[in-house]
Parts: sequence; C-alpha cells; structure tokens
Amino acid sequence: MSEVTNHSVLKGGAFIIQDSVAAETFIPEQLTEEQLMVKQTVQDFVRNEIDPIRNDLEKQKGNHNVALLEKLGELGLMGTHIPEEYGGSGMDTNTNTLICDALGPGGGFTVSFAVQTGIGMLPILYYGNEAQKQQYLPALVAGTLKACYCLTEPGSGSDALAAKTRADLTADGKHYVLNGQKMWISSAAFADIYIVFAKIGGTKFTGFIVPRGADGLTLGAEEDKLGIKSSPTRQVFFENVHVPVENVLGEIGKGHLIAFNVLNIGRFKLGALCLGGSKVVADSAVKHAVERQQFKQPIANFGAIQFKLAEMAIRNFAAESSQYRVSQLIQDRIAVLRAKGKSYADATLDAAEEYAIECSILKVAGSEALDYVVDENVQVHGGLGYSEEYGAARAYRDSRINRIYEGTNEINRLLTVDMLLKKAMKGQLDIVTPAWAVQKELTSMPSMTRPTGLYGEEKAAMKDFKKIILMVAGGAVKMQMDGKINLEKEQEILMNVADMMIESFNMESTLLRVEKLRLMEKEVSQEVYEAILKVVFADGTARMHKFATDAISSFAEGDLLKTFLMGVKRFTKYPAVNVKNMRRQIAGAMIERKAYCF
Amino acid sequence: MKIMVCVSKTPDTTAKISFNAANTEFNSAGVAYIMNPYDEWYALVRAVDLAKQFPGSTVTVVHVGRADSDQIIRKGLALEANDAVRIDADPHTALFTAKQLAEHARSKNYDLIFTGKETIDHNGSDVGAMLAEFLDLPFVSYASKMTVAGTTATIERDIEGGVEVVEVKLPFVVSAAKGMAEQRIPNMMGIMKAKNKPLAVVPPVAFTDKAKVTRFELPKAKSGVRMVSADEMDELVRLLHSEAKVI
Repeated sequence: MSEVTNHSVLKGGAFIIQDSVAAETFIPEQLTEEQLMVKQTVQDFVRNEIDPIRNDLEKQKGNHNVALLEKLGELGLMGTHIPEEYGGSGMDTNTNTLICDALGPGGGFTVSFAVQTGIGMLPILYYGNEAQKQQYLPALVAGTLKACYCLTEPGSGSDALAAKTRADLTADGKHYVLNGQKMWISSAAFADIYIVFAKIGGTKFTGFIVPRGADGLTLGAEEDKLGIKSSPTRQVFFENVHVPVENVLGEIGKGHLIAFNVLNIGRFKLGALCLGGSKVVADSAVKHAVERQQFKQPIANFGAIQFKLAEMAIRNFAAESSQYRVSQLIQDRIAVLRAKGKSYADATLDAAEEYAIECSILKVAGSEALDYVVDENVQVHGGLGYSEEYGAARAYRDSRINRIYEGTNEINRLLTVDMLLKKAMKGQLDIVTPAWAVQKELTSMPSMTRPTGLYGEEKAAMKDFKKIILMVAGGAVKMQMDGKINLEKEQEILMNVADMMIESFNMESTLLRVEKLRLMEKEVSQEVYEAILKVVFADGTARMHKFATDAISSFAEGDLLKTFLMGVKRFTKYPAVNVKNMRRQIAGAMIERKAYCF
Repeated sequence: MKIMVCVSKTPDTTAKISFNAANTEFNSAGVAYIMNPYDEWYALVRAVDLAKQFPGSTVTVVHVGRADSDQIIRKGLALEANDAVRIDADPHTALFTAKQLAEHARSKNYDLIFTGKETIDHNGSDVGAMLAEFLDLPFVSYASKMTVAGTTATIERDIEGGVEVVEVKLPFVVSAAKGMAEQRIPNMMGIMKAKNKPLAVVPPVAFTDKAKVTRFELPKAKSGVRMVSADEMDELVRLLHSEAKVI
C-alpha cells in the first residue's frame, strides 16, 4: 500500500531553512480505506480486549499482558513493520503510525506492545544476522516469543554508554560470560529473550541475545511505580551468565549503533502512541463536561472549561499534524532507498536516522501534549478525576513516564540542536548562508506592509520564525567560535533553541494541514480548523518571542543584544487574534458532537 | 455450500441521532457508519465458520447501498467472505431492500441466506422474512445456534421464556441473533486480502415501494431520577402513589 508522493523532498532538519507545500504534505485525513480498516481493527482490539480488564491490568492480576500480546500477534498487528520473509506484512510507515496512534489509548499495555515491536524486535531486524532473524523474528511477530531490552543500569540512564555490565570470552572461545545489573526493564517478568548490552572486556559495548532461563540470570522484585503499573518492570541481574558467541547481536563494539538507532524509531512511535492516548483522553473530557451539571447547567457551558477543551484539541491537532507529516517523509525516504536496492530493514533504519531530529521533536511534543491533556482532564473531572473509579487518574499517572523514557525530553531537546549543528558542520544542511542573510536583513529597513493571500499572515510568520531560529542559533554559534561561550555548558540556551524548533515545526505542520483541509470534504467546518490555526500561531508567536529573548539575553550584551532584540520584535509580528472566541468555537464543535472530533 | 450474507449499514452505536427540521430525514452529517452488528458479529462470522466446515463453500456478502458503503463491505471481505455484491440503490424501506436482495439471490442458488435478526437503527426485523417470502423459502428467525449436517440444519431460536429447537432443510433464510457466533476482529492478512477480492456493483431492479417514511420522532427524554432517603419511607410511598401513580 506504499505510495510515494513525488515532491521536492524535505531532508531531515531542513524545515528550519526550507518551506513546505501543503499539497505535498501528508495529513491523517488522507488515510486510505484499507488503512481505516486497520485502524478499526486496532480500536476494536482496545475496546474488546483491553477496556474490559483495565482494572485487572492495573493491578497485574493474571497474565494479561502476555495474553494480549499473543492476541495482537494472532491479528497480525505485531508484524506490520517487519518484512514478509520474517513473518510480517511489511506495511508502509503511515499504516504503522496509525496502528500506534489507534493503540495509544491502551494505557500501560502499550509499553508491552512498544517493547515487543520496537526495542525487542528491531535490534534483531536491523542488526541480527540471517540465522538470528529467522530464529527469532517470526515468533516475535506471532507473539509466541516475547522480548525485552536491557540497556539502563542503576548508574547509567541517559548516559547509556557508561554501562558497567561486562562480557568476557571464555577460554574455549565459545561463550561470553555476562556480569552486571540492568534496571527498569519493562516486560522482563515474562520475556523469553533479553536483548542485553554489555562491554566485552569492559570496553567494547556490544549487544547480546540472552535466553530466559540462562543460568545466573535472575530478576528483581516488581517495581512499585508512579504509573504504567500494568506494564511489569523488573531489575535483571547477570551473574556469570554464559551466552553462546553466536548470540552476539551485530558487530562487537558497535552496540551503541543498536542502542541509539533503534531509539529514533522508538521516539517516532512513542509520539504516535502519546497522540492516540491524548485524543481519547480529550474525548473523555468533552463527554464529562457535557454530562456534568453544576449551577443547573453542563460545565461545558463555562468559558473556563471550554478553554481547557479547546486547548486539548489545539495541542493534539498540532502534534498529530507533525506526526503524520514526518510519517510520510520517512515513508517516502524508505521507498527511495528501497528503489535503490536497500533492504527493508536498512532503508527503514536509514530513513529514521535521516529524520532523527524530527523524531525527537515528535517525542517531546507528543509527550508534552499528552501531559497537558491528562492534567486538564483530571481538572475537568474535578473530584471524580481524583478518584480511581474513573480513568482520569490512571491516565494522569501513565502519561508521566513518556517524558522520561526513550531519552528524557531534556536529552531529546539537546539532541535536536546537536544533530542540527552536526548536519550543518558536515555540510548536509546549509544553514550558514540563510543565517548570514538573516544577519543582513537585521540591518535593513523592515517592510511595513502586511502579507496578503491565502493564510498570508501565517505563511509570513513561518518564514520569520525560521529566521529567529537562525538568528539565535547562529548568534550562539558565533559566540562559541569567538571563544566567548561554551555551548556544551549552556544547556539553557540549547533548550531555548530546541523549543523554538519544536514550536516552529508544530506550527508549520498545523498550517500545512489546515491549508490542505480547505479543499477537502469534512465534517467539521474549515472555520473551526482556521480557529485552531490562529490560536496555534498566536500562542506560538508569544512563545517564540520568549524563547528567543531568553536565549539571546543569555549570551549577548550591549549593541549586539539590542540588534538581536530588534530582530525578535521584527520576526514576531503575527497579529493578535480573539483567542477567546476562537477557543469557544473549537470547544463548541466538540461539545455539539459530545466528542473529540478532529 | 453457497452462502449469502445480507449486510446493512447502520450509524455507529455512539452516533448522535437527530432529524431534519421537518422530521422527515435522519441527519447523517458527521455520523460514522458501521456494519450492522447483528449482520457482522453473528450472521457473517457464523457463515464464514460454516464455510470452513464444508470445504469448497463460498460466502458472498450482499448489500443494498451506495458507494459510501464500500468500506463496510470491504470489512466483510476482510472477515473472510469470498466476494461481495453491492446493489446500487438507497435502501428506502425493508420491503424495497428485501426485493432487491431477493432478485439478486433468485438465480444464484444459494444454499443458505443469512441476515442479522434486526438492524440497530430501525430495529424492524423485517427484511429476512420478506426476503424469504419473495424467494418462497423457509425462514427461521432469531437463531442463536445453528449446526448443519448434510442438507439439514438444526437451529436453536430464542423464544419467550425458553429456547425452541427446529430442523429445517436447505435452502432457507435465517436471521442471526446473539449466540450464533462471537465478534471477530479482522486480522491484517484478511484486510490485505480484502482489497483484491471482487466487489461487484449491480443496478437495482425497478420496484414500486409500498411504504414510505413520513415522519421520525425521538423517544421522549427520560425524566430525572429523584433520590429519596432510606429514612423517609412515607415520602417514598407518597411519591409512588400520588406522583408516579404506580401504587
């Protein structure tokens, strides 16, 4: 079902220097009949198989995660991203995005799903040898074999390469002996194989496939966590665990490639899972607000509640626009690479690496949108939201982990900027020329005319936002080159730049989607979508202003600071809009339908 | 065995039900449609299982509706029906629909024709009986269990206060109720195969309908619940007697 849209391909990170065209952007409203059927299948799975046992899942009564994984396997939902020769169905990226999106409401179980289909399966698909792929992948896809992923240790989380677990070759050269300890290992309780990272000889970071039941492999007690309680989490201990040499995964000393590259896809998928969960939580907020009577009327009548409902929709819509936009970019890239003869696995891996910046953005934006939505959902539910009887409290707890795992949001923000600058230094992305152009523009007279044309204000604002990023990032790099600051020690500035990149990407994706929707038949009127667009830009402009001001005030002073501040003012000219009325309009569309409807 | 399964399209169970200003038409704007659950969960799934039991059998999904129904029909194919026919007309009334289905079935020599016991929108339970009448076939309604041996089917049907067991010779028309099968979710293989299975679109036969819908009406909203404290039994009795007038 893969379709390549033939257009001037936006390379990874290039969105900060290049415009995109709505007609060439993929939006979720374009999903095919077949993809919608896949979505329906996943939604039915959540409704029939997960919803009725949520309380038991939460208390880990019974072996539900295992049974659910096996059912997903029977439905073929764990192999849609695996080639047919290994038991999968090799569906396109958009379908896989959609599956995560639709499974997102599955709560803590989605962690078991993500472990199995992501970090449990992909290291073998990408780095396993043919025998390993044949041995493990079909059974993992079918769900008869379960996997977990052991990277983090008590002393090494974000700094994964500082792991202490070691592997030593036996004298006969037939085994590696593993010693060490891994922490926060989801699915360890029931996994049949453990993907383990250890340093051979204490230095060469390497992946291993360790079978359950190996002598010396033991598990810690079930962790008592804040949320995702339905996903079992254990420590894993290795005491002289003998692993046959043929169980080495990938090249010796190249474990970091597995650990980090698998994370790009993981972040992309996590964005989609967060998004799916967030939409369903927003839906429950709308339904409750319509039902709940106070002061002799539904609380949905009140502006304070409408604000929250609208804001949920706005944040979800922006995150969703970005998610599917990147999904298509990755899908197109895979198709191009496949046409050049790359294998499905290599093409997917390369494409995810190309869009690693965007994957990090999606992870941060998706997890933070979800966190807002679950928080305000508790608020809309009031006392009922604080009770365990309703889903609001559980969703609130479950959400929090998403800002921590698959690289904390701080690590992902740092990576976003770091990868951009590396691309620039390697000559993959020319940000220097446009950055110089912005510097030049700063000393010229600003234009006083307002933009015209379809979404003219938004399009002009978008160009300006890219200029601000170039101005701030360019300014900071210049200071670094002049030896005045060391950006490695100025994480606050990097965070500001990352936030601007995330904000801009979301705004642009929203703009592209709303513009494309204009020509499409749909249930909700275009006016409502335009209201979303305008609030996204109005708020986004204010945030861009703040991030930029914070950053430049942190590294510039005197005349330079003055020039930069004038630049910020010049590039944040998006006009004020009546956000109150726009939010009422957005909330009104949902209240009328008693549902999240975007 | 040649099996035909009649499927219809109904608003999703969560759809908001409203009508136009004159109350003559259902407001379909923004309504998501699904395959009628009785047709899907019970009739179609049972038909597919029967077909597996008798190798060489085929299951044909037949629907009266427009192109916007194709997604629902494809779901039927994803649930392992072999092929599908869409009779390209709006299913105005049960009689019209039954007539169209009958004219399709007349020359096809189906051994077994399934419908759901009713649709979840109009809840008419009419089409199956009318279809059987048009085809001059036996009709068994509300079947909750069915086995087929040779050319005879043994069917359990729910009746007031119990279960009736009937035997019937093929061919016949049966309407499926809960118990016939369990809801099944289409798997990825089914979905992928569905797009390549034949879906024939045929024109309707001319038919002058004998009935038409003149007006819709929503059921009256239920009045609110009033809580009476357990300490106030006299008040409860008074309310039941003088307000609710039930005692």
